[in-house]
This record gives sequence, C-alpha cells and structure tokens, in this order.
Amino acid sequence: MTEKYNMPDERGHFGPYGGMFVAETLIPPIQELNAAYQQYLQDPEFIAELDADLQHYVGRPSPLYHAERWSRELGGAQIYLKREDLNHTGAHKINNTIGQALLAKRMGKTRIIAETGAGQHGVATATVAARLGLECVVYMGAVDVARQSLNVYRMKLLGAKVVAVESGSKTLKDALNEALRDWVTNVDNTFYIIGTVAGPHPYPAMVRDFQTIIGREAKQQCLAQVGRLPDALVACVGGGSNAIGLFYPFIDDHSVKIIGVEAAGDGVETGRHSAPLCAGRPGVLHGNRTYLMEDDDGEIIETHSISAGLDYPGVGPEHAWLKDTGRAEYVNITDTEAMAGFHALTRMEGIIPALESSHAMAYTMKLAPTMSKDEIIIVCLSGRGDKDMQTIAQREGIEL
Amino acid sequence: MSRLAATFEALAESGRKALIPFITAGDPKPDFTLPMMHAMVEAGVDVIELGIPFSDPMADGPVIQRASERALEHKMSLRRTLTIVSEFRRTNQHTPVVLMGYVNPIEAMGYEDFANAAQRADIDGVLTVDLPPEEAEECSILLKARGIDPIFLLAPNSSDERIKKMDTVGSGYLYYVSLKGVTGAGHLDVVDVENKLNQIRGNTGLPVAIGFGVKDAQTAKTVAGLGDGVVVGSALISKIEANLDDQERAKQDIIELLTSMRQAMDSV
Ligand SMILES: Cc1ncc(COP(=O)(O)O)c(C=O)c1O
Repeated sequence: MTEKYNMPDERGHFGPYGGMFVAETLIPPIQELNAAYQQYLQDPEFIAELDADLQHYVGRPSPLYHAERWSRELGGAQIYLKREDLNHTGAHKINNTIGQALLAKRMGKTRIIAETGAGQHGVATATVAARLGLECVVYMGAVDVARQSLNVYRMKLLGAKVVAVESGSKTLKDALNEALRDWVTNVDNTFYIIGTVAGPHPYPAMVRDFQTIIGREAKQQCLAQVGRLPDALVACVGGGSNAIGLFYPFIDDHSVKIIGVEAAGDGVETGRHSAPLCAGRPGVLHGNRTYLMEDDDGEIIETHSISAGLDYPGVGPEHAWLKDTGRAEYVNITDTEAMAGFHALTRMEGIIPALESSHAMAYTMKLAPTMSKDEIIIVCLSGRGDKDMQTIAQREGIEL
Repeated sequence: MSRLAATFEALAESGRKALIPFITAGDPKPDFTLPMMHAMVEAGVDVIELGIPFSDPMADGPVIQRASERALEHKMSLRRTLTIVSEFRRTNQHTPVVLMGYVNPIEAMGYEDFANAAQRADIDGVLTVDLPPEEAEECSILLKARGIDPIFLLAPNSSDERIKKMDTVGSGYLYYVSLKGVTGAGHLDVVDVENKLNQIRGNTGLPVAIGFGVKDAQTAKTVAGLGDGVVVGSALISKIEANLDDQERAKQDIIELLTSMRQAMDSV
C-alpha cells in the first residue's frame, strides 16, 4: 500500500504550491475563515444542512449518464457524463457557493462579495445570497460584462450589485484583484466567496472539499451502474474546481487515469491561450503559488479563450502539484476543437454543453477511440450551454 | 549597522521623524524617476520607497494601480528599477532606498539572483506586500545575509502575537498600514492610530513608519507625532497624474508638497 494522499499541509501548501501570499490586513480574516471552516467541516448540523440544500435546492445527486450513442459513434471507450449541467443555475459552481454561504451565515457575516468571469459563479453566488437574504456585490471585468450580458442581467434580477472592473485587462483576474481590494476594506462584515480552487489557503482546499461531491457521487454511481471504477477521468480546467471535484476522490485509485483539459485558445504555440499548466511556469498570484501565464519580468500576461470561464492566467495550486507529481496529466484544446466538441455532444446526445465543458468533450473525442469498448471514461459536464448561445451564434456568423 | 537603522537612530537623536515618499519606478516615464529621487532628497526626505510596477497590484487603490500601468506601458521592470537605484547611488550614498512591490517579479528573477542584484544596486530594504512572514523565510534569509532589511507590514487588526512575530522577522523598520483598505483610501483615524501605536510599541522596539491616508502637511504632522516615520504615496502620484503632459510641473508640485510636509513635521 502506498501512502494515502493528504494535501495540503496545515499551512496550505501542496509541495511548493499554494500557501498564503496576501497582505497583512487579510491574515486575520483568513485565519478566522480557516478556523470556522475546520470547525464546521466536523459539525454534523452544518453537514446535514449542506446535504439537505444540495439535495432539495441544487437537485443532487446529479445523474451519471451513459452516452451510448456517442460512445458507439466514436468506436472506443464507454463515455459517462457527470451531469453538473442539471444543477440549479446550470453548473457545478453552486456546489461551492451553497457551502461558503452557509459558512458565511454561521460566521455572522452580512455581506457577500464574489468575482466572476463567465458569470456562472456570479449567478450562483447571487442566487444563494438572495436565498439567505445577504447583501451581494459581484466584481466582473468590463470585457466580460459586455460578452456575458445575459448573466449580468440574471445577477441583477437576483438582487446583486454587479461592478464592472475597468483596471488591467478588464477580465477575470482583474475582477479577483478588485474583490480582494473590497475584502481588505470591509473585512469586518464581509465574506469573500471565491469561485474556484484559487486564492490563499484555505480557499483551494475548502472549495475543493465543497466540490468533491461531484467525484464522490460519480464513484458510487459508477460502481453501482458498471460494477467497477472508471479507467479515465476528464474535466476542463479554468481555475480547476470542477476538475478537482471530480478527481479528488479517485487520487488514491491508481488504476484511474486523470486528465485535465486547459483552453488552448488559438493554439498554445500562438501564445494566445489560457493554458498555464501546459505552457506557463510557477509564480505567485492571488494569494498562492502555482503555474502562471507571465512574461520574463513576472508580469501577468493576457489570456485568450472562447470560453470566459477558462480565461484565467493561473490555476489552482493542487493541479500544479498533481502535474509535477505525475498523478494527473494536463492537455489542451483549441477554440476550434472545443466548438467541434460542442456540436458533437449537442447532435449525438441532445445535450447542449457550456463552452468550458466543451473543451472536456473535445478531448474525450480524441481519447475514447484510443481505448477499448469495455473501458470507461467519466467526463465532467460542468455546465449547460444556454449562457453561450450569443457567443456561439456570433462565432458562426448567425444573427439571433 | 544598516543604512536604515543608522538613519532612524540619527533622526531619533535629533528628535525628528522620517519623511518617506513612495513613487512607482518608471511613472509616468522611465526618465522621470532618477531626477525625482535626487530632488526629493534635496527637499529633505529621509528614506525613499520605490515601487516595482506589477500587472496586478491587489493591495493598491486606483492611483497607484494607474502608476503601475503607466510604468509598464514603458516596459519598466524589476531589473530596470534596480538599474535606476544603481544610478542614484553614483551620487548619493546616504539616503536609504527601499524597494516595495509584489512577490511575483522577484520570483520570476529568482530569490537568490534578486538578492544579489539588490546588493549590487546597494538597496537597503525590501517590502513585499504579498509575502507575509509565513511565506517569507527563504527570501528574508537571502536578503539579511546581504545586509538588506526585510520590511514587514502591520495592520489595524494585527494581534500582539503578530506584532511580536514581525519584530523577530523584520528589520530596518515596520510599516504600519493605518487603515483597513487599499492605498489612497479615505482618511486615517488619529485616535485609532494612536491606540494601535501604543500596542505596537509594547511589542517591538523597531522604528514604526505609518502609511496609508497621509494626504497633506497637516496629516503628516499629526502622524509624525505618533510614529517614527510618515509614508506618503498616492498624494504624490496624484501630482504626476494631474500633470501627465508636463513632467517638470509634476516634479515641482511633488517637491512643494514634500517641503510643506517636512516643515510641518519639524515644527512638532
Ligand atoms: C460551466 C463551467 N465549467 C467550468 C468552469 C471553469 O471553472 P473551474 O475550472 O473552476 O471548474 C466555469 C467557470 O466559469 C464554468 O462556468
């Protein structure tokens, strides 16, 4: 028996990655958050409330669906989709926002802030804030506000204030900067709900723990439906929360191959991409050490992806560690390939995936034919594609 | 004794407080910084904090964010910042220079290469905003071995325990961030600062510089009465921003503000 995987250490390090790289004013609230999180993680009442919400409000468990027709068409492994697109608000993001919002309530915080790229995390945060009657402010890059206007409207309907961030590249990383600035200014009453496994410790571990419901269910469902573990897992990686949610419960199952799919944009070789694990190098941003897209001077560079949810220059530190140790493999898929994955799933199975998830679908199309018919791939279908209709129509020259 | 320690000791002996301006290297243009540094020394400043531009200045308000953006537009970098200090040292060997910025440009250069380069440039201190003691050990050891002071921050919500920790890991001086917020924000509350300084003094013997929210001669004077040094940043950079088409004017306005602060502080 090899040693059980047990990361991060108590200071939030995954090997050289992770940690707590924040300004001094944020140290006390982060310590307070960590203490509360450790406490409630063990609290049966908290767990029961979370489980009940996941069941009755989010709609869990989400199905593990055998995509039989698509599997047959590709002529290789049997493909099973973990249907996070069927969650309330249409993506995996709400698994995490429910958990953090319950924590905020327990900690007596009255104000919620969040950053968002595609707007999915912003919507999921605005949703739980509305339900708990908490004030909610969502920071969103001005570029993303323009390209995800539907989600901006949803957030406003839910009662959130959406702040368009005009600094830097006006995208997700700048929204995160602005949310951190808000937090430092309003630490006493404000809870910052980070949307992915990034940020300072304990966020990468905490968000992971809330998202592992994906992998725990998938494992049980796979054992129940097929009678054995899958051979491979595939998920798209932006910050990496849906991916780590699926991967984590399988890390000690060494027969299971783990594959994360980054966004290659126009192609990794063009430099216009969002694939730090495939083409970046280690550095420090937003409170943790991880792989980043940066220039030789350590300045963060602009990222590109058709999918706003993958358009981020960093990645969760645990993925950096899983890459370096070889436990997981990270590949990349271009915008064009993602579009092919999008259409394939839509036409073969009658399921319209989010552009983020389409990256995982596109890689599955490459992987499945290389495997035998009795092998199994579980793919995380992290969200539904409704939010992307405008982007896709525009790309294909169609006026709605 | 380090140049910073000697400076604070001499000031203490003469009953004066340190005036510490912050400007971002390369803002608004690379050639502005060196003459500005010399002019500030002539205006009576004691220590210069020089900002290393960074693409994602998470702890800074809009004024210093834009300073970083302007500098980066002109390809300012950590390396070029070090070059400016080397040039400054050709004619000034007495004014301590502290680099202030975020850790990623330093990581990109490599901690050891950076420590060597900082020593060659004759840098006196390094304040890395997003490198708290929990993560700073490796870099601090390299700096201290080269006689460079690692400067740490204290905040309004720092505990006794935290202040004691800073006392052991930091040297040169401690930088007290006078309010919860980003640089350039609001107004500091004098009573709050005074109470906090009492707590800080009870836990460290290091000099304490106070920054964030110092906007004019009056606040400089008040704050000088509480700490050992006064840091002024956004108020200076606002002068640069107000005169982007007239750098000479920006320089004059900065000198005027610093001179008024110096006079007010010395009349305590
Ligand atoms: C549907 C969907 N999938 C994936 C992501 C990427 O985030 P992560 O990598 O944290 O799962 C997003 C982010 O907005 C998303 O909306």
